Amino acid sequence: MRSVIDILDLSTEELEAMMGEALDIIAHPETYAHACAGKKLATLFFEPSTRTRMSFEAAMYELGGNVISMSSAASSSAAKGESVADTAKVVSCYADIIAIRHPKEGSALVAANNATVPVINAGDGGHCHPTQTLADLLTIRREKGSFENLTVGLCGDLKFGRTVHSLINALARYGGVNFVLISPEELKVPSYVKKDVLKAQGIPYSQTTDLERAIPDLDILYMTRVQRERFFNEEDYLRLKDSYILTPEKLREAKQDLAILHPLPRVNEISVEIDKDPRACYFKQVLNGKYMRMALILKLLREAGSI
Amino acid sequence: MNIDSIQNGVVIDHITAGKGMMLYSLLGLDSLDVSVAIIKNVVSGKMGKKDIIKIDADIPVDFNVIGYVDPGATINIIRNGQLISKQAIGMPDTLTDVIRCHNPRCITSTEQELHHVFRLTDRVGRVYRCIYCETAAK
Repeated sequence: MRSVIDILDLSTEELEAMMGEALDIIAHPETYAHACAGKKLATLFFEPSTRTRMSFEAAMYELGGNVISMSSAASSSAAKGESVADTAKVVSCYADIIAIRHPKEGSALVAANNATVPVINAGDGGHCHPTQTLADLLTIRREKGSFENLTVGLCGDLKFGRTVHSLINALARYGGVNFVLISPEELKVPSYVKKDVLKAQGIPYSQTTDLERAIPDLDILYMTRVQRERFFNEEDYLRLKDSYILTPEKLREAKQDLAILHPLPRVNEISVEIDKDPRACYFKQVLNGKYMRMALILKLLREAGSI
Repeated sequence: MNIDSIQNGVVIDHITAGKGMMLYSLLGLDSLDVSVAIIKNVVSGKMGKKDIIKIDADIPVDFNVIGYVDPGATINIIRNGQLISKQAIGMPDTLTDVIRCHNPRCITSTEQELHHVFRLTDRVGRVYRCIYCETAAK
């Protein structure tokens, strides 16, 4: 049974096909309005989420399908000690496809290994968040036309930021991407990402703590939130949380066709004044995420023979 | 120093000097009710010094454990006092329940029934990563 746990579970050819389908959904939504009629998506969110959960639910409804879910982890059998493995087996009896978010790294893989229906990783702790990467990729594709010859700045929490790791993995497979990694010393990209992905594939990258000096070179600026929930120590979080705040002043030297992305939720790392700037793409990114989740649900249900 | 030859059993040879005790422990040899000899710092023409483990019983040996700890080691199977096979080990592609993931954020830290599985991701650097959280084994 095909599941998607990591963005690398999808080949670049598959990503291209999915982006093509997402663009077709945007152009012809009526064609897809009943594509998943009679099918059920189970959303298992053991961790708070607004947009990812609603995006999955909206995606399934727009495909004509239905959604079943638990109201919160506290009200599920997980609170009684049920394992992820057992939960996946049980929910497979009710649903045709599962989207799971769980605070523990590797939880989605455990679910996929035990479910009898396709499983989509909607975020497993600080590890992977492949459907956010799908949103990121479609946004970059729509804003820039391609992934070739782009200088991509990733800024903020690059250590625990699962969206960052997934995006690096995804873009590294396209030629000509140059990464600028902007973070405090304590939140740098983990060494295994640099060694296994960037160095192993000869991808050019540089590291800096200085956002303002990096901005003029960037085609894409991907801002991230410093995530309180990833810290064991509150003091460390408080010290690092406001490391980078993007303001209109900092954008003065930026390219006119810069695209500013953010996986959201934003706390204060992007000033609200920037929302009016045409270079702000993070709300478009939200919408693109829904279309890519629709394309992914369609793909996995087709491969499972469900539709 | 003399260690008697064994009639039926296993000799793990060419162990990097100093790793014999670690292998003894990871292979669970301490729980066996048979004669086991650990010979340390044996003079070796090829290695300078090496460790050897002799197990005087025909027991299954987990090659993956040996390959993880010391991929240069060899396993000799002895039957009726004769060497019947000699195998080089090499690094296994996966390790199951040989080492544990110590990442407190990993799903294996809370779901006790899960096997701890590591995959070889860098043969040159000898890096194994947890299949769940990708944390490198130490």
